[in-house]
Parts: sequence; structure tokens; C-alpha cells
Amino acid sequence: MSADELTTPGPTSPGTVAGGRASLRGSLLASELLTLFRRRRTQAILAVLAGVPLLIAVAVKLSAGNGDGEGGGPPLIDRLSHNGLFVGVTALIVSIPLFVPVAIGVVAGDTIAGEANLGTLRYLLLAPAGRTRLLLVKFGGAAAFCLAAPLVVVVAGAAIGAVLFDVGAVPLLSGDTVSVPESILRALLVAGYVAVSMLGLSAVGLFVSTLTEIPVGAMAATVTLAITSQILDALPQVDAIHPYLLSDHWLDLGDLLRTPISWDSFGANAILQVGYVIVFGALAWARLTTRDVLS
Amino acid sequence: MTTGTAAASGEPAIATTGLVKRFRHQTAVAGIDLAVPRGAVYGFLGPNGSGKTTTIRVLLGLSAATAGEVRVLGRPMPRDLRTVLPRVGALVEGPAFYPFLSGAANLRRLDAADRGAPARTRQARIADALERVGLTNAAGKRVRAYSLGMKQRLGIAAALLGPRDLLVLDEPTNGLDPQGTREVRHLVSNLAADGTTVFVSSHLLAEVEQVCTHIGVMSAGRLVAQGTLAELAATGTSRLHLLTPDGGTAVGVLARLGLGLEGAVVDGDEVTAVLPAATVPEPEKIVAELVRADVRVRGFSLRRESLEDRFVALTGEGFEVVR
Repeated sequence: MSADELTTPGPTSPGTVAGGRASLRGSLLASELLTLFRRRRTQAILAVLAGVPLLIAVAVKLSAGNGDGEGGGPPLIDRLSHNGLFVGVTALIVSIPLFVPVAIGVVAGDTIAGEANLGTLRYLLLAPAGRTRLLLVKFGGAAAFCLAAPLVVVVAGAAIGAVLFDVGAVPLLSGDTVSVPESILRALLVAGYVAVSMLGLSAVGLFVSTLTEIPVGAMAATVTLAITSQILDALPQVDAIHPYLLSDHWLDLGDLLRTPISWDSFGANAILQVGYVIVFGALAWARLTTRDVLS
Repeated sequence: MTTGTAAASGEPAIATTGLVKRFRHQTAVAGIDLAVPRGAVYGFLGPNGSGKTTTIRVLLGLSAATAGEVRVLGRPMPRDLRTVLPRVGALVEGPAFYPFLSGAANLRRLDAADRGAPARTRQARIADALERVGLTNAAGKRVRAYSLGMKQRLGIAAALLGPRDLLVLDEPTNGLDPQGTREVRHLVSNLAADGTTVFVSSHLLAEVEQVCTHIGVMSAGRLVAQGTLAELAATGTSRLHLLTPDGGTAVGVLARLGLGLEGAVVDGDEVTAVLPAATVPEPEKIVAELVRADVRVRGFSLRRESLEDRFVALTGEGFEVVR
């Protein structure tokens, strides 16, 4: 930075600012997605999730090699050896109670608290990003991750399964058999179901994230809430509140694995999740738009 | 540099009336009336903890005022935040960046956050801002690997991403070496020459004294002085020092000259007095009067208090944090 360089005046035409409204490519949402998915931590989480189907597939392959015949495993896992494409779906179902919520908790809990912790929150607001817009963009990023996480499990599982096991027609829970393309579609549907299931948790995480400047705290709180919801859901003594619990429909995706597909649980789950998004989104908005940003 | 209506109407770049910011247990800002004229380089001085950064946060809408009015570039804040902030470049309480992104990628993200910033010219504006702070060669490096001084420069580059009418720089020379400090000073002068109003906070007078046209001094949440450099100097005091065996006569003469001498001390051959700088006549005139009254003047000095002395007088000298 020499004195000569400094004398160059900067761009001095405020009139041009109005021109060229940002396309998606250069938008804040695009920037958010790039920042999220290029981050090592996000990639590591996705890699861990991809490891779940790998672990299951290898375990099943080894136990099948024992010549033990009928294993005592859950029925779904037994089916794996018949069709590799189902490794992903099985791994995803196994991951729903803990692995996926932890991943979502880390990303959603980090949304605002992470920015506050780095100090970048104040600079985004000074840009000005707008508090409401920033919140929407942050939720958009978290929602994209909700889709990415189960998709990674399903795709990684299908790939590993195709290598280790046969690929062919798949028997469903209803006893019918579907073709390979149909089974791929079903696997993607299951991933979509889990993505929708995690939207509510993301909104909860977003809200918790506006309460603190310590991202780890927000992450832990979000994951704790997810676990608590599942515990309550398992207690018959409190069955009055079961329909309102975040996790009430998390494991109801069996309907998607029958013929014909029953959309009842998908619909009920979607309504519940949208409710959580509205309530916790509103709380997050109320908090962020009135908060003093002091970090 | 601006064609905005506010500039035409000559409204101050920053104006607050009775600005108060209270946190749960303490009043950080206790009713201040800032007036920063257009085109000024305003040095916002005060020791650590005197409320400078809190004030800046409220000015920029990061924090809500407990009471009082804030107008920035002629518009009420935070109501018109969306139209005001794109014209304001700011560095608040040190630079902050994503350590895992490069310097240029950090600026891209900040620019994307500004809805009004055209994506078409983004690359060019970023390159320009990086060049102005001398970071062109480090643009592709992750911020994790930046030194504190480099981060500070990147923070200033972020403030220069677009055409700005007002720059708010909170302690911009923190972490910079003397060379970097000089460069920042130079940069501020150049921006001011372009017509940009610069509001620069510092706890060191020496750092801003050379570039400022105006100064405001904060102490314990209050604005204890504000004005142009000349005005501020005029409100200071001068110290008179006279060596003479005729102390009693001398004090009489000085009193006749209209110098309030309640503080005059005669100690043997020495007379000392502290006088308000604004009313003191030229020293040669004082000496002439003394000699006319047969006072044997053996030594005479009239030293105007430096701005530094004034600053210390206003804010207190102690190392101790006051609150």
C-alpha cells in the first residue's frame, strides 16, 4: 500500500447502485450455501453420515459370510443382502434417532450464533443484509442441509450396496416387489421424508442460535431437544402430547415402502414440521430483529 | 462525491440528540449530542470504556438507543437503515472474518449481503478495495493465515467496497505497525479529500490529531467536548510563568490587564498562573505592561496547553479503567 496507490480515488457513482438486481448466482443465499458446503466441518459431517451405510454394509457382508444363515438382526437389515440399493435406506433409518439430528443440530445451531461468535454477524448487518432477510437466508441454508444430509446417506448407501451386494428387484414391506428404477425413486422419497422431518428441528436450532453467541451451546441445546422429544415420544404416560412432538413422525416412513404408497404419514409429518417452522421461525425473528448485536 | 438530497440540504453526516444507551447495570452512553458536519474528519476520542464503541453501534443500528434521536446522513436511524447503511462503510470493534475463507471470498460474501451492490461490478470493486489497502497479493490466502494488521486492512477494504458518503472507523489503527498507522492516516486524508465524511474513533489523540478537522471527547459516557480543532484549543488554558523579585507588583499589573488571577501563586522570585487561553493577550503585551510598571522581568513564558494536555484534562490521566 504505497502512498501513490492510495491516491487513486475509489468508485464514485452511487447512481449505479440501483442497477442490476443480484441474480441467484451472486445472491446472499448462494453465498450462504457456498460458505456452508465448502466449510470443512460441513464436509466432515456429511462424510461421517456417509460412513453409516458403509459400516452397516460391511457388517452385514461379514456376518453373511459366516455362513450363519438366518441372522437375528432386524428384518430390514436382513433384506440388505437381497438388494444393495436398500443399504442407503436402512442406514438412513438407523441414523434418524441420533446421527441425523446431531448433524442438523450442528448446522442449525451454528446459523446465527456462529456468525455472532466470529463477529461477522455485525458486518453482515452493516452491509446491510437486513435482519429478516439474513434469518430467511440462514434457514434456507439449514433447509438445504436437511436435504443434503439424508441424500448423502441414501446415495452413499446405494453406491456401497451396489458394490457389495446384488442389485435387482426389491421386495417391499407390503410384500410386493418393485423394479430398480422404482426402488431408486422410493429411496429418494425416503430421503425427502427425512429432510422434511428435520425442518422443524432446524427452525428450533435457528431460534436457539439467536439466543446466544456461543455456537457449541446452541448446537448442544438443539440436539438435546431432539433427544428429549424422542424420549417423551416413547413414554406412554405423556401420550396426550405425542402428536405435538417434533419427532412424532420421524420413523413413520414405512408408508413410503409399501405398494401403493400411503401419503398419510407424509402429510401429517409435513403439517407438524411446518407448524414448528412457523412457531420457532417467528420466535427467532422476534428475537433477532430486536436484539442488540454486541459481539 | 455524493448527489444525495441530504447532502444538498447540508444536514450533518451524523447528528444525535440526547442519545442514551443503558445496559442492565450501567449507563454506557449518558445523553450525548453529537454533531458531525458533512466532509469533516471527526476524531471521536476517549479512553477505553468511555462509550465510544457503544455509541458507534447505536449510530449504525446494531444496537437500539435507550433514549434520544439518531440521524445519519440526514435520515433517522435505525428506521431508514436500509437506505443509509449502503452509503456507510464501517469498521466496528476490530475486523471479523470467516477464517476458513480467503480475503477476497470474505469480501464477496459481505458484498452479496448488500442487496444494492451490483453483482456485475463485484469483482472489480473487490480488486480495487484490496489494492487500496495493499492486500492484492494476499487476496487468495485464507484469513486464518492473516496477521492482525492484515485483518485490519481487510476490514478497511470491506468498508471501501462501494462508494461511501460516510466512513465510520472504530480504532482503525489497532494492531497496525507504525508504517501501517501512517498508511491509514494517509488513506483517511485521501478519502476526506474526495469529500467522504470520516468518523474515526481512537483512544490516542496523537493518532488522529494530524488528520482531524473536528474532535469530540468522550469520558465516562458523556461527550465532554466537541468542536473544531481550533475551537477546542481555544477552550483550553495557558500557563504563565514569570521570574521577578517584584512578585506583588507583578500580580497587580496582571490583574489590571483583566486576567483573572485567583490561581496566581507567588513563590519567592516565581509567579505562576493558569489562565483561560481565550482571554490571554499576546505575551509581548503583558511583558511591556510589566516593564512599564517597573517590574524587573528576569524570565517570562506563556505556554498554551497542548491538545494532548487538554485531552488528558478532560478525560483524566489514570491507567485505571474508570468504571
